[in-house]
Amino acid sequence: MELLLVLLIGILYSAGIFLMLRRSMVRLLLGLLLLGNGANILIFLMGGLTKGKPPILGEDESAFTDAYADPVPQALILTAIVISFALTAFAIILLKKVYATTGSDDLDSLNIQDLDI
Amino acid sequence: MITNFILAPILIHMITAVLLLFFWQKVQAQKIISIVGNSIAFLLCIRLFIATQREGFLILQAGNWQAPFGITFVSDSFSSIMVLLTAIISLTVGIYSTAALHINRIKFGYFFIFHFLIMGLLGAFLTGDIFNLYVWFEVVIISSFVLLTLGGKKMQMEAGIKYVTMNMLASIIFLTAIGILYGITGTLNMADLSLKIAKVEHTGLVSVTALLFFIGFGIKSAVFPLYFWLPSSYHTPPSAIAAIFGGLLTKMGVYAMIRVFTLIFQPDEFMRNVFIAIAIMTMITGALGAINKRSIRRLISYLIVCHIGYLIAGIGIYTELAMIGVIFYLVHDVIVKSNILMITGIIQKIRETIDITRLGGLGKDYPKLSFVFAIALFSLVGIPPLSGFWPKIQFFGESLKTEQYFLLAAFILASFVTLFVIARLWTEVFWKESPKPITEKIDHFAGLNFWKKFALIAPITALSFVSLYIGFNADSVYEMAQKTAHELMNPSVYIEAVLHHKFAK
Repeated sequence: MELLLVLLIGILYSAGIFLMLRRSMVRLLLGLLLLGNGANILIFLMGGLTKGKPPILGEDESAFTDAYADPVPQALILTAIVISFALTAFAIILLKKVYATTGSDDLDSLNIQDLDI
Repeated sequence: MITNFILAPILIHMITAVLLLFFWQKVQAQKIISIVGNSIAFLLCIRLFIATQREGFLILQAGNWQAPFGITFVSDSFSSIMVLLTAIISLTVGIYSTAALHINRIKFGYFFIFHFLIMGLLGAFLTGDIFNLYVWFEVVIISSFVLLTLGGKKMQMEAGIKYVTMNMLASIIFLTAIGILYGITGTLNMADLSLKIAKVEHTGLVSVTALLFFIGFGIKSAVFPLYFWLPSSYHTPPSAIAAIFGGLLTKMGVYAMIRVFTLIFQPDEFMRNVFIAIAIMTMITGALGAINKRSIRRLISYLIVCHIGYLIAGIGIYTELAMIGVIFYLVHDVIVKSNILMITGIIQKIRETIDITRLGGLGKDYPKLSFVFAIALFSLVGIPPLSGFWPKIQFFGESLKTEQYFLLAAFILASFVTLFVIARLWTEVFWKESPKPITEKIDHFAGLNFWKKFALIAPITALSFVSLYIGFNADSVYEMAQKTAHELMNPSVYIEAVLHHKFAK
């Protein structure tokens, strides 16, 4: 299972970076999304995978005796997902506005103002 | 000392922001609420600052979950200095915005977002938990996205793409680093991380994580080679917004960098060399970029990049004296950069342009204002005894002492270029005769009523006085920086305060 996740993270990161290096704005956004998902799965993997164990104590226990699942990575991922949802929503609207004002999907068409001093 | 008081300034800004939502489109009410909220938060921040300087550490364990399990809020001297600076800038820029911004921007929620931005900044400076720092960073960047693109001009949209992309990328890199750090240590509390990271056997992985943090914060604080988003976006929003961005946002990256690289990772030889090499390149490229610019805002954008290099270099030298320089320079830089960007806004109001070849004669038309502007501009250059002079001496001395001659050369070059650029700006804008006759129509400033003029000029004068105070009262600021640097270089005090504090019933 770990190996599968490692491969998945690798694919997500490389695909994300590849897409970010393209000139199309939509691909840029997709690249950022893939990178974000890759980071989330990375946290999940680094937190340690524990199968079928609860993250909470039983009623009559006062300490963990067995291996237990770590709930923190999931809390972190949940937070990160919510944040990236908001950022993505903003970025999509921004891209739409840029497309409406410039009429182009090409990132190179945005550099004109940098040429004047 | 355990206290809930630490959250008060954050809460005040949040309450102000929420309150503003109820007065959507009511410009006058929004202005008043914003100023009142800012003033209360300002007083609270001063109290927090004084309490921290007196008590040493103010700590809050959120929900009474003891560190390292809960989220900890810590105010040490470094945090409290940053909080005080944020409060000063937020109050002055808040007052300035009431007169400087177009009414439509205020109608569509400028103050609402402004207070969320300040809330995020305060949170980032006060938290003691690395993931919580990430969350505050996100609060700040999403607010800054909205502020940057508010208004919807084509130029702003184009700048927005670069700004949004680079900041999102930086956040993802930061998140990746946190993920790996959690994997190898199993904790997120910064004080606890500091203890656990020393015990990790796999030092290679630790170095990689440190580099990831450096890249993430490096993008946010605009260091070479990842600074290009800054000069191509900071000149697009109105000057009030640029003043917050230029003064505080990039410094937040530097704050995080100092925090992470003094508390969690102690940089080894290799890391320090990376810092110094990057700092040299940042200073040189920033300085060269500033030389040929005609628009004041673009020029200042490059100077921001250039002066971030000073701070990074100070971290790279990594001695206590250099750290004093970093803290001192940070205090000076936040005040002066915000001030100059606000001044740019007034110049634009007076002459309708910020192209220095088309400006001129301001010294004759507005002699008193020009004097106030001069204080800010020459503080930036660091002419003794103004505020920029003292930290620079520190940097020069330390780079000489540690035999970093390339760094010394870069410092001198960057300082010289700053002097050259500001002197040129001064002669072109204030001394030179105006290239074309000024008609009544162009000057939007003279026609304003008393209160608007007051709201524009008072913040600038106040900030100029603060930089004069820093310059003439350098020994007390130096002492404060010394104490802070000592705390930063000896993180054991911080760790002890956070981890071994018994909750007083």
